[in-house]
Amino acid sequence: MDPKLIDDCVHCGFCLPTCPTYVLWGEEMDSPRGRIHLMRQHVEGTPVTPEMAGHFDACLGCMACVTACPSGVRYDRLIEETRAVVEREHRRPLAERAFRALVFATFPRPRLLRALRGPLRLYQASGLAPLVRRALPGPLAAMEALAPELTARVRLPRLVRARGPRRAVVGLLTGCVQGEFFPQVNSATARVLALEGCDVVIPRGQSCCGALSLHAGRPEQARRLARRVIRTFERAGVDTIVVNAAGCGSAMKDYADVLADDPAWSARAAALSAKVRDLAEFLAELGPAAPRHPLEITVAYHDACHLAHAQGVRAQPRALLSAIPGLTVVEVPDSAICCGSAGTYNLFQPGAARDLGDRKAANVLATGADLLVSANPGCTVQITSALARRGREIAVAHTAQLLDASLRARPARALLRGGRP
Amino acid sequence: MRALAERFREILGDDGVITDPVRLRTYECDGLTVHRATPGIVVLPGTAEQIAEIVRECNAARTPYIARGSGTGLSGGALPRADGVLIVTSRMRRIIEIDVANQRAVVEPGVTNLAISQAARPHGYYYAPDPSSQQICSIGGNVAENSGGAHCLKYGFTVNHVLACEIVTPDGEITWLGGGDPGYDLLGAFIGSEGTLGIATKVVVRLTRTPEAVLTLLAAFDGIERGGRAVSAIIGAGIVPAAIEMMDALAIEAAEAAVGCGYPEGAGAVLIVELDGPEAEVRHQFERVETICAEAGAFELRVARDDAERAAVWTGRKSAFAAVGRISPAYIVQDGVVPRTALPEVLAAIDALSADYGIRVANVFHAGDGNLHPLVLFDDAVPGEGTRAEEVSGRILDLCVEHGGSITGEHGVGVDKSRYMTKMFGDDDLDTMQLLRCAFDPMNLCNPGKVFPTPRLCGEAPGVRRGVHPLVASGEAELF
Repeated sequence: MDPKLIDDCVHCGFCLPTCPTYVLWGEEMDSPRGRIHLMRQHVEGTPVTPEMAGHFDACLGCMACVTACPSGVRYDRLIEETRAVVEREHRRPLAERAFRALVFATFPRPRLLRALRGPLRLYQASGLAPLVRRALPGPLAAMEALAPELTARVRLPRLVRARGPRRAVVGLLTGCVQGEFFPQVNSATARVLALEGCDVVIPRGQSCCGALSLHAGRPEQARRLARRVIRTFERAGVDTIVVNAAGCGSAMKDYADVLADDPAWSARAAALSAKVRDLAEFLAELGPAAPRHPLEITVAYHDACHLAHAQGVRAQPRALLSAIPGLTVVEVPDSAICCGSAGTYNLFQPGAARDLGDRKAANVLATGADLLVSANPGCTVQITSALARRGREIAVAHTAQLLDASLRARPARALLRGGRP
Repeated sequence: MRALAERFREILGDDGVITDPVRLRTYECDGLTVHRATPGIVVLPGTAEQIAEIVRECNAARTPYIARGSGTGLSGGALPRADGVLIVTSRMRRIIEIDVANQRAVVEPGVTNLAISQAARPHGYYYAPDPSSQQICSIGGNVAENSGGAHCLKYGFTVNHVLACEIVTPDGEITWLGGGDPGYDLLGAFIGSEGTLGIATKVVVRLTRTPEAVLTLLAAFDGIERGGRAVSAIIGAGIVPAAIEMMDALAIEAAEAAVGCGYPEGAGAVLIVELDGPEAEVRHQFERVETICAEAGAFELRVARDDAERAAVWTGRKSAFAAVGRISPAYIVQDGVVPRTALPEVLAAIDALSADYGIRVANVFHAGDGNLHPLVLFDDAVPGEGTRAEEVSGRILDLCVEHGGSITGEHGVGVDKSRYMTKMFGDDDLDTMQLLRCAFDPMNLCNPGKVFPTPRLCGEAPGVRRGVHPLVASGEAELF
């Protein structure tokens, strides 16, 4: 934990109302200001106590405080460093360690996720869910409850050619959870990019981008994964790398920092980070070329934290959606407060995640929208399961899917069918 | 302390009592970090009844207690004590009622200032006082400090917008103050008492109708003097803007670095003038303000055309305090008042002080009512600089008092300025205030050590003076 970064905090408290855990519990040590104070205590010699670790673990890493901070405190860097310190210095109880090991052995591995698809589909079709749910221990039950309903697998080609004159050559990150659980989002993304005049290069054998590891205090794993992604996309020879999952895009834009101390890789990392764009960010820069067809639908736009706070992408997706004829965008109240997904948070901190999910679900329902637009697979999973707990369903789709429907003149009801993305 | 903590756990449950030393330390200071003290116990009550019980337990144990809201105060008013209990109201944040017909709202003390306006907005109302920390400061804290804000020039301070308070008295009773009862204005005494007369547990606030029109002007000048001339001319013309704010070059630089507010380049001072009210009146007055600013030498006038542009103009101003963190490792936010007419003279004297001590001072102020917020910048890593900054900061208050002003406009006295109270008040004044305090808090357990320069116990002869208070001596008053 860099004392200089800690000293930037002037203790003004402007971050407090934006912090999800402060909103939930109203305690200083579960606010960014309080956590920075704990970091200072540690730097000044206090060892990482279980209490202290608990408050750091409770941070979602949503970065809303970074947006709110007038003093420019780099809380993102601070919490990343802090999590690594906690992993090094704090010994968690055995069950917790085992569960964390399981999660970090599974999620960053697209191939393993793919292998789990079959059993998961069987399980979802079996009707065993209510029985199993009761039998599972806490953390595994949280995992079970979040598992999205699977659709058929989609295998994307290595290259999707631009329709009409070519305006750009882009690479597409397929992601782990996005690719395996929401393949329809990737295909929609590729179609939209192609229709807007991009050659879309989709390298095979992509690894995890390292976001989950980076945001959970496992910098070694994050660096290893980052190097693989850099190698993959260097070979692809593209000008831009388009990412449609907010968490992944944010992590890849951070590669420059992640590998800054690695002389062999720092320049390559910086070059790659500079090429990364969120899909909405990229489309806004590119400007529209393909004609939009009307979609008569009211959508609520959900700000994914790693898009809005970490990447500052707020206006672009709203502008893209509003430009679809017939489509109305409505705002979700308290839109800047995290839904509780936050990467692996809803697995490790199920209680807080659940409370935040419930708040988000209530706010989403209050909009009365037909559909929720979410540009991050984690948020989609989290909000869908929070709505299901209330016995409510609302269709959830990615920005790419709405653009895809509009560009291809598909009816709005195709997006609403089944209440699932 | 341990027995007290046990008792509190019975009242609040484990979840509402903090005794772990690492956790306790996160409460060691509020927005003013130079004063620190780790509280003995922190409690997070949810109801007035719980607060009353806590206060009674503290009384029984002869243990001091201090109320805290969001911990954003700038005078150390909520500074804890190692031998005391910190009662934090951050979990009492229900908006109990928005009563549009009676233009009022009933809220719990932990509700933020801005949350009231947000809840009232759909009904066409808002809560007028707007401290710069409005998105996080609590209404309970606003009551304690009689908080102001940029728009207090026209609308007045917290005291003008709070109709009644439910409080827990230092005896541990729940009672109501205000509500238009005849007799002494106890609510008036309570508001601004900096947490020394009890703890507010419900606040009834006045809601103000959202004005029909709001127009905001940003005027750039080459320096503060010309800006100051414009301020005097505007008020002299009989116009009462909702706000007139000024920032000097250094404050602009900080705000620009923090939020990229895009103020006119090369400005030595900017003036933000906001007019609100009926459309026709606002338009008419706005033209006059524009003319006055131009005549005073503004080199650029920028009119905010909509809410987004207005927000952009205000962002620079409202983030100025914290923004200074971008251009200086450490700083002191000062708060003083001078008569409007003395502004140019005092600002020139601050400039001279700054040059003498080699300490930079950024100026942000509510120009309309002469409330200065000099930001004294220093580097705490440089030996001696902190002390010099502290001196400059104190000398600025001397300047304020010398020019017939005050040592605080809105941040309160707290612990930070109690030593300056003697510059404004004689012993008799302070004793009289102490008598009021004793009437509420005879055991001197409710936020002791704040506001007054020397700790005095009720019923004891004050420390500075020898002999009895003249009122007591003459038989007109007796000590309780």
